[in-house]
Amino acid sequence: MSAAFLLEQLLNGVQFGVMLFLMSAGLTLVFGVMGLINLAHGSLYMVGAFVCAWVSGATGSFWLGLPAGLAAAAAAGAAVEILVMRRLYDRDHLDQVLATFSLILIFSEGTRWIFGNQPLYLNIPPLLSGVIPLPGDGGYPLYRVAIIAVGIVVAIGLYLLISRTRLGMQIRAGEADREMIGALGVDIKTLYTVVFALGAMLAGAAGALVGALQSVQVGMGESVLILAFVVIVIGGIGSIKGALVAALLVGLVDTLGRAFLPRLLTLVMPASDAGTTGSALASMAIYLVMAAILAWRPKGLFPAHG
Amino acid sequence: MDNSRSNSFLRSREGVLTVVALAVLLAAPLVAQAAGQTYFISLASRVAILALAGVGLNLALGSGGMISFGHAAFFGLGGYVAGAMVFHAQEGGQFLGLLAGTQQALLSWPLALAVAGIAALFIGVISLRTSGVYFIMITLAFAQMFYYLALSFPTYGGEDGMTLYERSTLGGLSVSGDLPFFFVCFGVLLLALLLCSRLTGSRFGAALMTARQNETRLATVGINPFPVKLTGFVISAMITALAGVLLVEQNGFASPSLLSWHRSGEIMIFVILGGVGRLIGPVLGAAVFILLETVIGGYTDRWQLVLGLVLLGIVLFARGGLVGLLAGRARHD
Repeated sequence: MSAAFLLEQLLNGVQFGVMLFLMSAGLTLVFGVMGLINLAHGSLYMVGAFVCAWVSGATGSFWLGLPAGLAAAAAAGAAVEILVMRRLYDRDHLDQVLATFSLILIFSEGTRWIFGNQPLYLNIPPLLSGVIPLPGDGGYPLYRVAIIAVGIVVAIGLYLLISRTRLGMQIRAGEADREMIGALGVDIKTLYTVVFALGAMLAGAAGALVGALQSVQVGMGESVLILAFVVIVIGGIGSIKGALVAALLVGLVDTLGRAFLPRLLTLVMPASDAGTTGSALASMAIYLVMAAILAWRPKGLFPAHG
Repeated sequence: MDNSRSNSFLRSREGVLTVVALAVLLAAPLVAQAAGQTYFISLASRVAILALAGVGLNLALGSGGMISFGHAAFFGLGGYVAGAMVFHAQEGGQFLGLLAGTQQALLSWPLALAVAGIAALFIGVISLRTSGVYFIMITLAFAQMFYYLALSFPTYGGEDGMTLYERSTLGGLSVSGDLPFFFVCFGVLLLALLLCSRLTGSRFGAALMTARQNETRLATVGINPFPVKLTGFVISAMITALAGVLLVEQNGFASPSLLSWHRSGEIMIFVILGGVGRLIGPVLGAAVFILLETVIGGYTDRWQLVLGLVLLGIVLFARGGLVGLLAGRARHD
């Protein structure tokens, strides 16, 4: 096991974590501001990926596909908020679960209807298809480094948006007391639609960026959705900082677990058993981490409200 | 006192709805048998089994306010343990290296319930430290652990699951026929409903429901909420585990999909669709969900789209679920 392999796996973990951060930032924002459990967040991720892949395929340019994917996800998010979510804010979490579960069915089948049953494929744009040399003789794909860079830019952007702008101030006020900011003359309905569309756009961005690394297919959002929920719960619901820390933690634990656990176990058990046990443990690792963190801190690492 | 209360329940609209729903579920396979449509008998068994899973979750979710997104863990664990006993009876070997297999349901089913109960005790002790959305997610996390465990457990088929060639026998009775098996499922469902109605009417049930509404108040009257909720959670898990046992017996097949988060979601949908905390709610929810799936699936391949729209319509416009729609809202909510 070389240092280059370790570095490569670390970068993979960070890249996966960044992708999870894009997903969970919107989820935790929607949750924190509106108190809404949105199971359909994974569908918005899927919309971003499909539209990006389709437009890129039709026009031959990833750079047209990416904004199209973002715009489609944001538009789908705004439509969902106006048509459905708006009626659910004063309901309990259970009604929200059932409604957004229905939305998953509608989005999945609708996507299959529009784009067909075959997965779409998205190519890495030529500009980003290079390899960055790593120490030793390894190399690392430029595209994955670009995803990491996007994640850093989004994290900084969200921080500035929330702490330095008027919109961010309204979002924070909305988290604290929704009646009061309504009484102060802020148009809450529009604010909620904007926040939801922003979260949807970030999910769409995650989907579009990941689309070039794997096939774009119906159901791709669901496994990511579960991981995003794990992230926001570990981080503390409503906390963007928590989401960032937890996303990197989950990304690293999952990636490094898969890469190294089977090898480590060969030290204590026969190789054939170590493979299966190791991969099982690696899949369970993030859930073990989550259960341990919640048992230790029942409100996550960075509770947003006290 | 108790007698007059159950009489007034039976005379209420909800009571009438309960009796009618169960009568229809009981009559459907008999009619199907007479008409020679045996497919509908196994469909009715499926409704009874999944309704049973919902009845289990409803105790935790409806009465105790514990929104478990991980009941598939118990559903699958029950199914896998019962399946493993039959598997070892067929193929030899021992369950966990301890117990020889058996096809006697009176042995394997209680064992499955015991294993699920112990798992629920362990999961409950940790999970009940949290509340709200954190509880939803920590129960999901535990269920995912069991899912990946099953996925990588080569003895029981791992990803491919295990196939069982024969159903267990119940005492000296064979339940390999569709109709006898339906009666077993229906009988178990009836017993579970009876148990839940007795529980919610008892002192324990009152404590459990108060724990949902206001834990501080319960503590103030001298009852520690934690053991009450934990007990409710374990009983709820064991009822759901029994449903898993029955589904594996019906299909002769156990696979990790029993434990997937979709399953947890589906069981939760039955409860919400039917009406949270209403006795017959999960039965109506499961029946309507499965019927919609079957009927719409017969007309179009796009049944998921229609099902999604129907479910969305129900949640937006029929608050309180199907029971709320048909028998009015619950008095205390």
